[in-house]
Amino acid sequence: MKRNNKNAITFTVCSIFILIVGLILGVSLGATQIGISEIWHSIFNYSEQLELVLIRDVRIPRVLCVLFTGGILGVTGAMIQGVTRNPIAEPSLLGVSQGATLVIAIFYAMGISINTTNVMIAALIGSIFSGIIVIGFISRKANNSSITKILLAGTAMSTFFISLTTIVGLLSNQSQLLAFWVAGGFRNATWLDFKLVSVIATIGLIIALLLSKKINILSLGDDVAISLGQNPEKIRLITLLVMIPMCAGAVAVGKNIGFVGLIVPQIVRKILGEDYRINIPCSFLFGAVLLTYADIAARMFLNPYETPIGIFTALIGVPFFIAVARKEKG
Amino acid sequence: MKKKNFKMTVLILVALLFISLILYLSWGTYKIGPLDIINTLLGGGTKLQKAALLNTRIPRLLVGISVGIALSTAGALLQTITKNELADSGIIGINAGAAVAAVIFISLKTEDYYSELGALSIYVLPLMAILGAGISAIILYFLSSRDRVRPKRLLLIGLGINAGLSAFITFFTFRGGAGDYNRVLIWTFGSLWGSGWDYAKIIIPLVIIMFTLVIMNYKKLDVLNLSDEHGVCLGLNLNKERKKFLTIAVILAGAATAFAGNIGFIGLICPHIARRLVGPYHKNFLVISAIISAVIILLADAVSRNLFSPIEIPVGITISIFGVPYFIYLMMKEN
Repeated sequence: MKRNNKNAITFTVCSIFILIVGLILGVSLGATQIGISEIWHSIFNYSEQLELVLIRDVRIPRVLCVLFTGGILGVTGAMIQGVTRNPIAEPSLLGVSQGATLVIAIFYAMGISINTTNVMIAALIGSIFSGIIVIGFISRKANNSSITKILLAGTAMSTFFISLTTIVGLLSNQSQLLAFWVAGGFRNATWLDFKLVSVIATIGLIIALLLSKKINILSLGDDVAISLGQNPEKIRLITLLVMIPMCAGAVAVGKNIGFVGLIVPQIVRKILGEDYRINIPCSFLFGAVLLTYADIAARMFLNPYETPIGIFTALIGVPFFIAVARKEKG
Repeated sequence: MKKKNFKMTVLILVALLFISLILYLSWGTYKIGPLDIINTLLGGGTKLQKAALLNTRIPRLLVGISVGIALSTAGALLQTITKNELADSGIIGINAGAAVAAVIFISLKTEDYYSELGALSIYVLPLMAILGAGISAIILYFLSSRDRVRPKRLLLIGLGINAGLSAFITFFTFRGGAGDYNRVLIWTFGSLWGSGWDYAKIIIPLVIIMFTLVIMNYKKLDVLNLSDEHGVCLGLNLNKERKKFLTIAVILAGAATAFAGNIGFIGLICPHIARRLVGPYHKNFLVISAIISAVIILLADAVSRNLFSPIEIPVGITISIFGVPYFIYLMMKEN
C-alpha cells in the first residue's frame, strides 16, 4: 500500500510536469508561433497588441478547455470501466457522445443561435437520450455482461447517430463543421466554454471521488458488493447518471472525441493498480496530458489548417483496444 | 410444402426487385416514365432519355447491384466461416482495409477524385483493394488467434481494426477543406457516386464468377455450418475450405469497396433476412440474400440520390440508418 502511494505521487508529479510543458507548447505553437516572453507579457503585462490578444482570447482558453475536457474523458472512462467491469467501455465507444453530437448538429441546422448555453443544452438532451439507452443495455446483462455484445451495440448506435449527424450536416450546408462534429475539435473554444467545462469537470471529479469507494467495491464483482451490503444496481445507476452531464460538457466543448476514456484508465491501472480512489484523480490528470498533446498534434499536422483531434486519439487508441480485446475469451 | 414456399418467396422477391429497378431508373432530377424506360432500352426514346439512362443510371444500377451481391455474399460466407451471425466484412474491418489500399493507391496516381484515374489504373485499383482487404483479414486472423480463433474475440478485434483504419482514412484524406470531408465520407461510409460503365465492366464479371463459384460449392458450406466434428467425419478438410471461402469473401469485399467505399451492415442484414425466409441451406439462402441485397441497395441509393436532391447522401449512410435498428433488434432477440 505504501509503495502504491509512492508510485501515485511520482506519477502525479511527472504528469503535472509534462502537463505544464504541454500547456506552454500549446499556447506557443500554432499558425503564429509565439515566444515564451510574449506569453509572459500577455498574462502579467497585458496590452492591446494583436499577439497578446491572440494569446489571451484564443490560445489560453483553448488550451484550458482541452485540459479540462481531457480530464473529464479520463474520469468518465475510469468510472464506467469500474462499474461495468468492462475494460473496453468508454462513453464514445458506447454511443453516448455521438448522441450528444447529433443533437448539437440539429441545433445548428435549425438555426438556433449558437452560444455556449444552447450547445450545452443540446449536448445534455442528446447524452441523456443516448445514455438511457446505454444504461438499458448495460443493466440488462450486468451480471454476465458480454463485452462483445455491449460494444457491438455501442458501435451500432454510434454509427447510427453519426449517420444522422452527417445527413444533418450535409443538408444544412455545414459540411465544413461536419468533420469536427464527427471527430472532435476545439476550434472555437472561448472563455465561456472554459467556465462551463471547468465547473463541470470540478464538480464531476468531486462526485467521482465521493463515489470511488463504492466503485472499488463494485469492481470486485456484484456478488462481493452484495455481500458487503451494497446495492450494485443502485451504485451503477448513480455512477452512470453522474457521467451523463460530464459527457455532455465534454461534447459541448470538444464534440465527439473517442478512445481517450479507453486509453487513460488502462494505463493508469497498469501503473497504479486497481484502487479507484487513486485511479480517478490520476485518470483526470493523465487524460488532460494526453488530450493537450493530441490537440497540439491536431493543430500542427496540417498547419495552418486544423485536423480533427479525434483522429489522433483514435489512432493512438486502437492498439489499446486490440490489446485488451485479445484477452477476451469466448 | 417447403418447395412451394421457396418458389413463392423467389417470386415475391423478383417482383420487388422489378419494382425497385423501375423506381431506380425513373426517379431522378430528370424523371422518366416506366414506358419510356422500356422504349429507350429497346432503342427508341429521346436523346435526353438515352443520355440519362444509358450513360448514367444503368451503369450505376449495375454497379450498385454488383456491390450489393458482393457484400451480402461476403457477409454470408464470413458468418458461416466464423459461425457468428453478427459478422460482416464492413464491421470487422475487411472493407476498411480495402478502402485504405484504394485511398493510398489513388493518392499516388492523382490529386483529384478517382473518376479521373487513368485507363490502366482502373484495373489495378480493385486489385489493390483486394490486396488491402486480404492484409486486413490476415492481420485480423492472427490477432484473434491466440490459442485458436474464437468468434467473439474475432468480432471485437475486427471492431477495433475497423475503427483504426477508418481513422487512418480520415487522417490521410482530410486536408482541411469542406470538400475534403465529403471525400472522407465516400470512403468511410460508402457511396455509388460517379459509378460509370468503366466500373461496371470490371465489377460485374468479377462478381458473377465469384458468386457462381460460391453457389457451386454450396454443399461444402452447408457442412461448414455443422459442428467441426461432423465436418471432419464427412471428410471435409475444414481449414482448407475455410481458407478458400475466406479468400472468396475477401475478393468480393475488396472489389466492392474499391468502387463503392466501405458500405457496412448490408452484408449482415441480407443473409439474415434470407435465412429467416428460406432456412439455413446455402443453395437457397445465398440466392435469396443476393436478390434482397439488390433490392435494398437500389432502394437505398434511389433515396440517397433523390430525397434531398440536389444534395446526395452517401448510400452507406442511408443503409446504416435502416440497418442499425434491425441489427440491434437481432442482438436483443439473441438473448
